[in-house]
Amino acid sequence: MSTKLFELLLQASIYTVTISVVSILIGFAISIIVSAMLLSRQRLFMLLGQVFISFFRGVPLLVQLLLIYNLLPVIGINVPSIVAAVVGLSLCTAAYQAENLRGGFASVPSGLVESAEMVGLTPMQIFRRIKAPIALRLTFPALVNEAILILKASSLVSVVGIVELTRMAQDLAGSTFLPLEIFASAGLIYLAINWIVALAGGLIERSLPGAPR
Amino acid sequence: MTFDINVIFSHLPEIASGAFVTIVIWIVAALAAAVLGFLVAVARRFGGVLFDRAFGIVIAVLRGTPFLIQIFLVYYGGPFVGLSLNPIPAGVVGLSIYGAAYFSEIFRSGFAAVPKGHIEAGLCVGLTHTQIVRRILLPEMTMLVLPPSLNMTIILMKETAVLSIITVPELTATLSAIGSQQYAFVEALFVLALFYWALVEITGWLGRLAETKLTRFRFFNI
Repeated sequence: MSTKLFELLLQASIYTVTISVVSILIGFAISIIVSAMLLSRQRLFMLLGQVFISFFRGVPLLVQLLLIYNLLPVIGINVPSIVAAVVGLSLCTAAYQAENLRGGFASVPSGLVESAEMVGLTPMQIFRRIKAPIALRLTFPALVNEAILILKASSLVSVVGIVELTRMAQDLAGSTFLPLEIFASAGLIYLAINWIVALAGGLIERSLPGAPR
Repeated sequence: MTFDINVIFSHLPEIASGAFVTIVIWIVAALAAAVLGFLVAVARRFGGVLFDRAFGIVIAVLRGTPFLIQIFLVYYGGPFVGLSLNPIPAGVVGLSIYGAAYFSEIFRSGFAAVPKGHIEAGLCVGLTHTQIVRRILLPEMTMLVLPPSLNMTIILMKETAVLSIITVPELTATLSAIGSQQYAFVEALFVLALFYWALVEITGWLGRLAETKLTRFRFFNI
């Protein structure tokens, strides 16, 4: 396999990384809202949050992507396929991240929150200075895990026609008749990306406030 | 926007056949993955350091690359090394190997949770490796590996949808085809999503039921 082909794969992997990073960030924002719904005292909100999580964890991502890609034009929203891909990945990862966040917030020791109330912190201050940092510290490893899962899952957005790493590999394999070499190389690129993410995640984790030294 | 679900239900025989293929592939692959994963975990435990390292690398590769790439390697790359498989066998093989990597890690963590002293005691009284696995490791770790195994089984069910890309005639492929013939994509995919959702919820519910039943009797004191 020539280096030219490998370069093409590397270029396509930029799409893989970009789509994954954007989806993780949007998914994180959505997951904050969903986890707030889960922890809400309003039964309706709680139920809606649970249905959201159950649906997006219970339906294969491929089906979600196809559904979103075909549904958006029907309800009159014509979007480029890249938007459909990001929406699909974000909603899916939001469901998983929301469960993690809920667990994180639930494990904040109630004594800490009570003592903060005693010294007169406002609910906003308690959230910003106590609950959020502790929950983030607790859920960070799960977040890195989720980032790796989304990087792998982004291979599925090839079905909505985005030329990311997997789609590029598919096209090249078809035109060069070297499927073994090309898919193995694509696999190695995924492996390298995930390895870097895991490594960076470990470094950041150790530098977060409250990390064991 | 019209939403006419009857268009889909006029193709019930095809849908039933697709659902059947999905479920059979899922069950066969999940069982094969669990057995394969268990054997790998045992081999890593008793096969020496070199064996352990080699399998460690294979598992890292399988867990670090997308399933779609793996299935492409098996289906399109297979013929180049003399392994020509039809879509369904290729799908089952790919799904089993992918699942085995995760199952072997589940079993490995289960093995690790069994106190070392129990194994040493077994060796002391002269049990063979097979006996140690069957009489000490397996019973003691059962409760621990049940929940992650259930999780993995559900993940494998959802991965069967990916097999539609290599033209396995399972439910995703069937309903996509019906959707494009009838211009009823949304209806078809809606039915598909509901099918998977229901199957996942039912499986999860049955699994939890089995877990509580097993925990209630407490066969094993861990």
